[in-house]
Amino acid sequence: MADKTIASKVWAFFTSVKLAVALFALIALTSIIGTVIEQNALPEKNVKLFAKLFGTANAETAYKTVSSLGLTDMYHSWWFTAMLVCFCANLTICSIDRLPRIKRVVDEPLKPLDISEFDKYGIKKELTINGDIETAKAAALTAIKKLGMTAEAADHTTQFYAHKGRYTRYAVYVIHLSIVLILLGAFFGATFGFTGFLSLPEGETSAVAYTRQGDEHPLGFSIRCDSFTVSFYGTSDMPKDYASWLSIIEDGKTVLKKSIGVNSPLKYKGYTFYQSGYGVVREKDAKSLIILNVTPKGGKSEQISLAVGESFKIPGTDIAGTVSAFSPALAFDKNDQPYTYTENMNNPAVYVEFTSEEKGKYSGWIAKRYPQTWKLPDGSAVELVDNWGYQYTGLQVRKDPGVWVVYAGCLFMAIGLYCAFFLSHKKIWVLLKPEKTKVQVKVAAFTNKNKTGYESVINSVFDRLAR
Amino acid sequence: MGSPILFGIAEVGYFVAMMVYIGYFIFKGKAVGVAATVVAVAAFLSQTAALLFRWLESYGMGIGRAPLTNLYESLIFFVWCLMLGYLIIEFKYKNRTFGAFVTPLAGLALGFIDLTGISKEIEPLVPALQSNWLLAHVTMSFISYSAFGLAFATGMLYLVLSTEKRTEPSYIFWTVAGSVFFILLAAMGADFLKFKVIGTSPETIKSYLFRATFRGGGPAALLSFIASAAVIFSVWRYGHVLKRMLSSFGMTLDFLEDINYKVVAVGFPIFTLGGLIFGAIWADQAWGVYWSWDPKETWSLITWLVYAFYLHARYLRGWRGNKIAVLSSIGFITVIFTYLGVNMFLSGLHSYGES
Ligand code: HEM
Repeated sequence: MADKTIASKVWAFFTSVKLAVALFALIALTSIIGTVIEQNALPEKNVKLFAKLFGTANAETAYKTVSSLGLTDMYHSWWFTAMLVCFCANLTICSIDRLPRIKRVVDEPLKPLDISEFDKYGIKKELTINGDIETAKAAALTAIKKLGMTAEAADHTTQFYAHKGRYTRYAVYVIHLSIVLILLGAFFGATFGFTGFLSLPEGETSAVAYTRQGDEHPLGFSIRCDSFTVSFYGTSDMPKDYASWLSIIEDGKTVLKKSIGVNSPLKYKGYTFYQSGYGVVREKDAKSLIILNVTPKGGKSEQISLAVGESFKIPGTDIAGTVSAFSPALAFDKNDQPYTYTENMNNPAVYVEFTSEEKGKYSGWIAKRYPQTWKLPDGSAVELVDNWGYQYTGLQVRKDPGVWVVYAGCLFMAIGLYCAFFLSHKKIWVLLKPEKTKVQVKVAAFTNKNKTGYESVINSVFDRLAR
Repeated sequence: MGSPILFGIAEVGYFVAMMVYIGYFIFKGKAVGVAATVVAVAAFLSQTAALLFRWLESYGMGIGRAPLTNLYESLIFFVWCLMLGYLIIEFKYKNRTFGAFVTPLAGLALGFIDLTGISKEIEPLVPALQSNWLLAHVTMSFISYSAFGLAFATGMLYLVLSTEKRTEPSYIFWTVAGSVFFILLAAMGADFLKFKVIGTSPETIKSYLFRATFRGGGPAALLSFIASAAVIFSVWRYGHVLKRMLSSFGMTLDFLEDINYKVVAVGFPIFTLGGLIFGAIWADQAWGVYWSWDPKETWSLITWLVYAFYLHARYLRGWRGNKIAVLSSIGFITVIFTYLGVNMFLSGLHSYGES
């Protein structure tokens, strides 16, 4: 007996709309704190913040208090989670509690009205139609049809009535369900998913990704970066696009090859690899290659890969070139002197020394983004196509089994919002009372949303009948 | 004619429209009202053309994208939506009064752009921003923000008309919130006068915002705070004058309340879908996380909760009148904070280099 009252008390507590309104306020207010105190940051950052707010003397104590309350990682703290759980419970229980009542309203059959009831409705109208009862009936039926409804006729009075959109009353429950779905999906993803990263130099293969703390996380397959490129806007250093060519390897076999870019990730076996960054490989090994496109004057071009220090020949000529230096980002200053302006691969260039029996020796920089540097004095061209093995691609790696639940929730929410705010349950009754040469018409109507809108539609449809 | 000139015309146009709407509000007179509408419509058309030109120009520069991607463009778009929404309401309801309360919002946004020195260049986009989800997200967010802006204006008007006593919390709320908006507008006007018209703008300052007043240091700052307190006090003291002026326009409380709910009912679903859901989908595609609790996201969520609170309080607890009007005003203040405060105030708190 006591159990039952406790259970029903808990139930009653969670059906309360007051609780919902309180939770809205509580979640909103506590969230504000989380935007002021930097989350998951190094302690010094927040200590500095508190020094600004409360003075240097109190900063340490303030930090200790705040972090013991979980406020430095508050969206994952037990109490914030508890609030979200309460919110979910509130939403679910409140909805379940009210659903039978709404179902009754939805299922309630529409009945003809008593004449006296016509005046009780918020939207009402009276008019006369010239002609006999049959013309009036036809007119009333077309009017109702114009409103997008199918009329039913009453048995005993000359009355038509119709309704539409009664199921839109469930729309808010679809919205509420969608919120629960989104929260469940997020919870599911956080519990069974994985978020980490992987920096993969060109040519390297990895069977693991890394968590934020730096721990290894086995993927169950291997991933290799075949190549990586960045392109820039015009002559600026603003990246326009960057892309990686990736291979998935299982049991020594390449099972999938795909290029990815920002906003277009690679998905495999529940893992998604996002292009999130790139960088320069610090410890280069012998594998790094320079890729040149060599075109003898009037001849066909040929691709050549070689390492810095190695030599090549321009086919069909006696010209030989030796790549003797590399710069990641070459530029020329005012006096046309070359210099390297950044460590990033913004404009890779190689210094090539050419020897030819006819023309003697000459040398110069060939830069990827400066086509004017590709031409040789004899009319051949050497283009720097790419440098391979010099850069790594930065991948964000994620496995989120809950994301589909979240997306389903979003879809439901969109549908629910549309139905709840832009559709409504509408009813109408039209009573015809024949007189000698005309018919008196009484209209009553009801809608659960946007009364003025419905009223003006009814006015315009029925005013046309009266004319 | 390039887009900067057209934007300039629009900007001046909106300021003139603001003056004329306020003039209409004070002196009535049908001709003044018509003039206000004509100026507002002309400015709006000029701005529309400017937006299209800017779009074309970006193609000319080989960038080719809708003018909706940086702070400057989004504020301009906000003003455009706000004025479109306002003009629709003006034509539909044949009522000009609250133009005097909407145009200052447009003026505030435009003045803010000019004084903070936000870059107006058409800039290429870094890869993460080249996304249609992002475009939909920004467009819909700003449509909903302007709906919320209209709700704010009607909410404030409602409070002006409905409150009686100076000790009422709602009266204090509208007088304080209204004066703060007025003070911000006036302070921007002072910046304009000092740095743009008289033109003693020091080249070294990138942002002129409030340099003539609150951030001017020394006596200027002190004076500004004293003047602000005086403004707040006199608005509070003489607020009923505004009420008397307003009530002669025959705007009923029901009308204001109706508009207030209608624009929120349009803004809320658009904000949910565009502001939250599309934003999350974009983040998911670009970064691999659909929600990361960063301050901007969190403030969007707070804004959303405020309007959800509004809907539930109204629908389920039967809140009407003052409480609802206050809620819709608070909602728009959180919108402003989400958009500007997070960038300016919170990132200021978290940056340690400069004061
Ligand atoms: C942020 C989350 C929520 C959103 C976005 C939301 C959305 C909505 C919307 C749009 C309506 C329709 C209101 C109107 O017609 O003006 C509604 C109604 C309602 N909401 Fe929520 N809601 C949320 C959370 C909650 C919670 C936590 C409860 C828990 C009690 C709740 C209980 C209700 C109830 C009982 C109704 C009335 C349904 C009816 O017509 O019977 N909502 N909600």
